[in-house]
Amino acid sequence: MNEIIEHLYPLLREITGYIYPNEIELHWGLLVVIYPYLTGLVAGAFILASLVKVFNVKEVQATYRISLLTALAFLLVAPLPLLAHLGHPEKSLAIFLTPNTSSAMAMFGFVYAWYLMAVLLLEIWLDYRKDLIIWARNETGIRRWLHRIISLFSGDTSDRAINFDKKAIKTVTIIGIPSAFLLHGYVGFIFGSVKANPWWSSVLMPIVFLFSAIVSGIALVLLIYMIVMPIRGKQIDMKCLDKMASYLFYTMIIDFSLETLDFIHRIYESEESIKILAALVSGKLFVSLIVVQLLMGMIIPLGLIAAIKMFKTPDELRKLIYFVAALLVQVGIFSTRWNVVIGGQLFSKSFGGLTVYKMTFLGLEGLLVSIAILVLPLFILYILFKILPPWEEMRAT
Amino acid sequence: MNLLKQLMNKSNENVGRREFVKKFLPSLITLLIPKFLLAEEKKKDITWILSNDYRPNEHYWAMGIDISKCIGCGRCVEACKSENNVPDEPFFFRTWVERYRILEDGETIVDSPNGAMNSFNNEPLEENIIRSFFVPKICNQCDNPPCVQVCPVGATFKTPDGVVLVDSEYCIGCRYCIQACPYGARFLHPETRAAEKCTFCYHRIVEGKVPACVEACPTQARIFGEIKKKASPLVRFLRLNKISVLKPYLNTEPKVYYANLDMEVR
Repeated sequence: MNEIIEHLYPLLREITGYIYPNEIELHWGLLVVIYPYLTGLVAGAFILASLVKVFNVKEVQATYRISLLTALAFLLVAPLPLLAHLGHPEKSLAIFLTPNTSSAMAMFGFVYAWYLMAVLLLEIWLDYRKDLIIWARNETGIRRWLHRIISLFSGDTSDRAINFDKKAIKTVTIIGIPSAFLLHGYVGFIFGSVKANPWWSSVLMPIVFLFSAIVSGIALVLLIYMIVMPIRGKQIDMKCLDKMASYLFYTMIIDFSLETLDFIHRIYESEESIKILAALVSGKLFVSLIVVQLLMGMIIPLGLIAAIKMFKTPDELRKLIYFVAALLVQVGIFSTRWNVVIGGQLFSKSFGGLTVYKMTFLGLEGLLVSIAILVLPLFILYILFKILPPWEEMRAT
Repeated sequence: MNLLKQLMNKSNENVGRREFVKKFLPSLITLLIPKFLLAEEKKKDITWILSNDYRPNEHYWAMGIDISKCIGCGRCVEACKSENNVPDEPFFFRTWVERYRILEDGETIVDSPNGAMNSFNNEPLEENIIRSFFVPKICNQCDNPPCVQVCPVGATFKTPDGVVLVDSEYCIGCRYCIQACPYGARFLHPETRAAEKCTFCYHRIVEGKVPACVEACPTQARIFGEIKKKASPLVRFLRLNKISVLKPYLNTEPKVYYANLDMEVR
């Protein structure tokens, strides 16, 4: 208790204007920034994978399994920041057992479970089933058992079974796309439906969340692909890279348009909250919103990829630019989440003043735990790559 | 592996699909066990309420606040804090008082140092004040409460007598309700880590008393009572004054009614 209070006293001096006294403590911190960032990566990576299966985009075939495993690794970690930020993590199961059906947050558990069990795990299992059986045949010891367990001890590799797998994958993917939309659109709804908060309350919120999710997911898979291939001593397929960069480019344009629309709409409608929001954007959020999110995270990478599309560039330079652009996009989308979650709590609901957010270093909601949560999915992904090699040449023919 | 095969074969022989469904569906009921256990716990509180011969269905509570009567002494804040064990620190309030000072150039200065617990200082401002008044704030006990809507586990709820309460034993501390409240009326208790707010002193009203802040107010700026009974002083207050509520456009339907409220107040 003392810790919390000691943390709050210095904040009193940094408040400008008038805020309600209960608003000095900012309730959703860094962990709640990470939560939509992670779920966004999941939805984005999955949608990239779906392009291969549903629209038969051959160029990005090499990233299909990488995308699926990336989605899984990040999905497994996604609830952790939510759990860690609760006042009573030990009671969290109540969300499943006695959910309040009118609560957007209560439904998260079910959307999450649906997506994990009915979509992602099922698709991964169906896609890997044949390979798992064949790998297990030539393996010994733990690896053999691991693969047999993951394949759920199935042993049927007849043409009929394989054809069924293929058909089933297609069905799961087709169900999966709206599910991925639901997963992240819904996270946007958690914020967009809070009528008390004019920075959040917008019908565009789920759609903006969704497209920024796709942007971040594609950029992440692009980064992973570009890092993993050279480590394995393999060539990066430039056609694959170009295609992914194109997807990234087009979804970024949609995302950018939506965000601009939201921005113009707010200014044009000029509602009661406009003065305090203007003070927010031009003051406390200037660096993270205008400089990092808009300039670094959107305009520069868009310009870089556009330049590549216009001019013929050598492969090495192209790789470098794609890499830098994708990295900038990650930083940009992270600050998008920051600006929504933290930005929405920096102004008072009295519209009369601004407050501050001071991050702590230690503690469940501190920086250290947050970094651990951000690194954890990469660690899980490494293990998944070991157990379920996603490389095309590993596919059993 | 043999064991597994045996198990699988066995289950194929003995349990058909029909029988599986028959057994599976009733077993789902076990998921409700925690709910029953918690309901047992709840019974204690309900018995306590009924032992006071209090019947929630026969009441509907609300509060009236007359801005022109409030002198900003802060006695209500003090009374509330000691009655309800609200932490002393200036970050946790079930009720607080705001001071509005409107200057000659139209600028409005609002403050509420320590929630007005120690009243206000009287240091003069450089500019001339053309109007000044105090506004006591409290949970609006909304009839259409956004906090109740968003609570993922139903820990915050509306009682039959119209009061919004939090079951701190059940609250998981997600703070969605704090975000959803347009009035800043909620906080997270630093000790219990559960959401907290004004209860209209529910423990007092079931005993036939008025909330602590109402009792402490020296000018009777706060009026507590029934809104569905004609003989209530609150109904009279609503009839005799021009009434506003805070942020009516959000359709939260507050049950804290202000008389003589200024347009500057948010």
